[in-house]
Amino acid sequence: SAFTSGVSLESSPNTMEHIKCPILQEIMKWNGWGYVDSKFQFNKKGQAEFTGKRYRLSGMVMPALKEWFESTFGASLQHKTPAIPNSSAVQPPILNEAFVEDLKSTGIPFSQDAEDRVFRAHGHCLHEIFALREGKVGRVPDMVVWPSNHNDVVKIVELACKHNVCLIPYGGGTSVSSALECPPEETRTIVSVDTSQMNRILWIDEKNLTAHVEAGIVGQELERLLNESGYCTGHEPDSMEFSSLGGWVATRASGMKKNIYGNIEDLVVHIRMVTPQGVIEKSCQGPRMSTGPDIHHFILGSEGTLGVVTEVTMKIRPMPEYQKYGSVVFPNFEQGVACLREVLTLITNVFAGHALKPQKFYITKFKGFDPNRLCVATLLFEGDRERVLQHEKQVYDIAAKFGGLAAGEDNGQRGYMLTFVIAYLRDLGMDYYVIGESFETSVPWDRVLDICRNVKERIIRECKERGVQFPPLSTCRVTQTYDAGACVYFYFAFNYRGLSDPVHVYEQVEHAARDEILANGGSLSHHHGVGKLRKEWMRETVSRVGMGMLKSVKDYVDPGNIFGNRNLL
Amino acid sequence: MASEAVYSHRDPMLKKRDDFEDILEERRNCSDLRYALKCYTPVVYKGLTPCKAGVLKNMVLQSDQLHYVINQVSKETGKAPEDVQEEASAILEEMAHRMQLSTVRFFAFTLCKVFKTLFRSICVNEEGIQRLQQAIQEHPVVLLPSHRSYMDFLLMSYILFTYDLALPVIAAGMDFMGMKIVGEMLRMSGAFFIRRSFGGDKLYWAVFSEYVKTILKNGLAPVEFFLEGTRSRTAKSLTPKLGLLNIVMDPFLKGEVFDINVVPVSISYERILEETLYARELLGVPKPKESTSGLFKARRVLSEDYGSIHVYFGQPVSVRSLAEGRVNRCQFNLTPRHIPKRPSDDVHSFVNAAAYRLVRAQEENMVLKPWVLLASLLLQNHHQDLDQDRAAGPERGMGLDELTEEALWLRDVCRQYGAFLHWPDHVPPSEVVSSSLDLHRGLVRISEGRVRLAVEHAAGPSGPGVHPGAGPEEQLLNQAVVVLSCASYRNQALHVFLRPALLASAMHIATSSNKQEVFNSFSFLRNMFSNEFILCPGATMQDFEEACFLLVKTGVLQITEQEVLSTHRGHRTLAFLTRMMDPFLQGYQVICMFLCEEASEALTEKTFIPAVRGFMVKQLLSGRLRYTEVLSSDLQKNALAALLRLGAVLKTKGADQTTLKVNRVMVNSLEDTLGGKLPTQKAAVARL
Repeated sequence: SAFTSGVSLESSPNTMEHIKCPILQEIMKWNGWGYVDSKFQFNKKGQAEFTGKRYRLSGMVMPALKEWFESTFGASLQHKTPAIPNSSAVQPPILNEAFVEDLKSTGIPFSQDAEDRVFRAHGHCLHEIFALREGKVGRVPDMVVWPSNHNDVVKIVELACKHNVCLIPYGGGTSVSSALECPPEETRTIVSVDTSQMNRILWIDEKNLTAHVEAGIVGQELERLLNESGYCTGHEPDSMEFSSLGGWVATRASGMKKNIYGNIEDLVVHIRMVTPQGVIEKSCQGPRMSTGPDIHHFILGSEGTLGVVTEVTMKIRPMPEYQKYGSVVFPNFEQGVACLREVLTLITNVFAGHALKPQKFYITKFKGFDPNRLCVATLLFEGDRERVLQHEKQVYDIAAKFGGLAAGEDNGQRGYMLTFVIAYLRDLGMDYYVIGESFETSVPWDRVLDICRNVKERIIRECKERGVQFPPLSTCRVTQTYDAGACVYFYFAFNYRGLSDPVHVYEQVEHAARDEILANGGSLSHHHGVGKLRKEWMRETVSRVGMGMLKSVKDYVDPGNIFGNRNLL
Repeated sequence: MASEAVYSHRDPMLKKRDDFEDILEERRNCSDLRYALKCYTPVVYKGLTPCKAGVLKNMVLQSDQLHYVINQVSKETGKAPEDVQEEASAILEEMAHRMQLSTVRFFAFTLCKVFKTLFRSICVNEEGIQRLQQAIQEHPVVLLPSHRSYMDFLLMSYILFTYDLALPVIAAGMDFMGMKIVGEMLRMSGAFFIRRSFGGDKLYWAVFSEYVKTILKNGLAPVEFFLEGTRSRTAKSLTPKLGLLNIVMDPFLKGEVFDINVVPVSISYERILEETLYARELLGVPKPKESTSGLFKARRVLSEDYGSIHVYFGQPVSVRSLAEGRVNRCQFNLTPRHIPKRPSDDVHSFVNAAAYRLVRAQEENMVLKPWVLLASLLLQNHHQDLDQDRAAGPERGMGLDELTEEALWLRDVCRQYGAFLHWPDHVPPSEVVSSSLDLHRGLVRISEGRVRLAVEHAAGPSGPGVHPGAGPEEQLLNQAVVVLSCASYRNQALHVFLRPALLASAMHIATSSNKQEVFNSFSFLRNMFSNEFILCPGATMQDFEEACFLLVKTGVLQITEQEVLSTHRGHRTLAFLTRMMDPFLQGYQVICMFLCEEASEALTEKTFIPAVRGFMVKQLLSGRLRYTEVLSSDLQKNALAALLRLGAVLKTKGADQTTLKVNRVMVNSLEDTLGGKLPTQKAAVARL
């Protein structure tokens, strides 16, 4: 084990052997993104390579990456900051003996093992990963339980209420809003409710094109299982390899194919959630209802503060007959944005998704374009073959009006693939004094260019003012489009050599960037959620009355603050 | 208090200022033609997308904002949108600049010649130029020069051309356009023309604001305008006008640019070309309409010596940092940004506070010449002579030695107050004094070693007087021309002394030395005079503290918990400061007196100035009033504005004119308070 625990733990007879698939934890990094076997590294020749066999990129050598890395950040392969291989002492668990006793009698598996607890004490914010790499561990859950179905969750919640124990639901652990951080001031036993064993598709209804799924299932598994029956959900957030259905519901997730399939709130037909007051769910599967405010919307985005989502009925679609990638290079970001706006007004379906990124490192030269200004849109078309081809042509025609040139399927596909490996890049950076993060917002169309320029500039300026010695990477991309606006991602990373507290500097800059986003008409979050990271802006975001509404729901549903992760409010 | 950080004051002695370089020196040694034809490649804004003048006009006409207003106007008036669009296009045509490098070069060449004839030197702080160059590359730039002369904007462009900096587009009053050829030439050197008043004209406002914003947002050129709105005829800074400042700050507040750099520029003239012209204008001799032939008549000025000009490019001020914590930019999130909206209260007070801060930044970097001190002293001496009835005797005026001694004393006071005084310390003081007097010989008489203002004779055909030898009223006006000209130089230093002088006067009119009472009087005076001088809104406490700080530091006052006491050696300073304020105090009192005693029911805004002037002339001639300075229409207008603001006079809009209704009780009590006859009651202060 990579862990040395400060205390010897009483091994519980109920642990592990009951668990059918604790797989993820064993094949995933404890202090970085993704699979243990997959990572970027520089080989002995100083060339970057991606290890493992899981991705198309795996095993490939990327000579250009080193140069990009060194020139963008002023980083050097000589200056390494390797992660500490194991963590420091983990605090011994605070145990509510009566609760433990009652839990044992239910037969639901649980663990007090330090490794299990640390694994579920964090998401993937920079400060969380940075601390883990330095071997630092703060407050962690005192126990982990693995319910295997809805009824298990009902029992756990009942016991938690009975014994006043704090529950924190845990799905895929891919949060980037400090949502999984245990409140350090929490004195009760904190139990991490790991939903990973609730991972079955309970039924598929082909007449109504719905599937009833347990909420612990992770995205790629859901898609794989549905594909076996010839269906898909089309919900593909960047984290879909690891993030869970329940997590999507709890954060209002969005996927890159949302233009065809919709966001999570459009995809769910029915949600079942266990709360301290009991189970909340609708009485039927009607596709839409006029029954007062939609109670699903109290659940969607509740970030684990009200209960545990256990089962979801989701819309499904037959797998697309035909899929085609594409890409367009624009002379500049402005033209690209204008093009996307126009594409959207003309073509409503088929056009599955796209991402628009300025200055990507995989296309650096393109005839006649200023390499410092050019921008690439990656495209994905899905549907029946004829219409895909027809719309593909339409999109390229529109692009041409904005000076865009088709840049091939390969570039498009590579762009999509990069979406999944980009999180691995951060770990590489962290080996060499480079820290960074991405954050997102949504903004009306007329403000997209302004917000991009101002936030990027604010980041650069804040870095300078805070003593960052090297010019930071400060870039953005448009990842989602709507009739009324777009989702914009910002990427921010810098070389922190010479800084005594780089994470603090990072946080201050991100804070300033968020202020700038809000001042420019951007939202607090498009799909990452609020968690604890962005709580301070909630009141101005939803108004005082809005806060009161949310609070009163929380007060009714969970008066004892059993779901005490303190997100959102 | 929200405004505190904006006006925070430090010890003025600690102010650091750059050195100057004379840009005429090189011109006197090399070819003007080569200079005018030099390679001109200014650095530009990093985000610039260059575009031609025609493209700019299209951008403005195609803008969402203009479209919106055109449709709105069309709906309101019933005119076809195309017709309104035509109107907009015509407005733009009338307004837009057509900058041409060839015209700029022509001006550069001509101005070289003119400047070399008129001025001994044009001194520019080169560090300021470097800062400006940097600022231009980073963010859109707004240049805000002080405005004392027609020269100002030609001079600005000339300097920027000389230093190879981006030439600004300049907001100019429409009256210039009346000067046929010159108007067009100014247009081709970057001026754009705006009507003096277009209050209710939505379309005009939309075209105008969009035009300015388009230039600014795209970084096409620095935008230059005068915060004071018009030339100050008195050399005092004028209350800033907020219209254009609102427009140029808007793109930042709405997130259309990351930041905007605002650069205050202080232009100080040792001798103002328009000196006596201004004095006459203030006395009610109407201002000649700007015309080309009028400009040529002004050729006479070419034969005179106007000393030197100092141009100080101040520290660029980032609008972003000004707005930090003051304006919540989220307020623009909920309506489309192209829909014109009145500025909200917080935006209005932010822009207002910023405007004051910028005018003060201009004031602070104004270079004061020794003559400014001499003028102050001679003016005070002139009034003392009148007071002591020796205006005609041999005792009148000041001995040269006495004047020199007093000037040296005042020089030191001035420096302690942080003034930007250019007193050549390496030259013997007597020479400094005599050369200053020589440059301004039209305003002074020197005989038998004594110096006095040149008031008693009309100064002959070439002199500044109105008409030679005439009735007593004309003689009075002749004197007033000289006094007002002189006062305009004293006014250059007013901002240095203003706060201590208000405190000195407050001590004078307060009934006791009780600190609270002195503060009440200070606060009353400050409020009364806030149309007269640049006093930042809401900064009474800071101003009081600054005044106390300076006077305590210089040993003039002792301030305890309870009391404000003058020291023995502080008497001289206090007397000087009180005398400096006195013309203003008396002027306002006389106006109050007029309103109480003479003002008829039919008094209108239009008849106010002539009526009050007539009253004052009578008072002056009868010897009940000694300051001819009060004849200045500037003072009269400011006083009326103050009384209106305080509610002592009310405007009632009639069918064809606005009548003024006087609250006699209130005016009377203001008059008495100004005269120290009434204590500044707490109630009155609170109400004000």
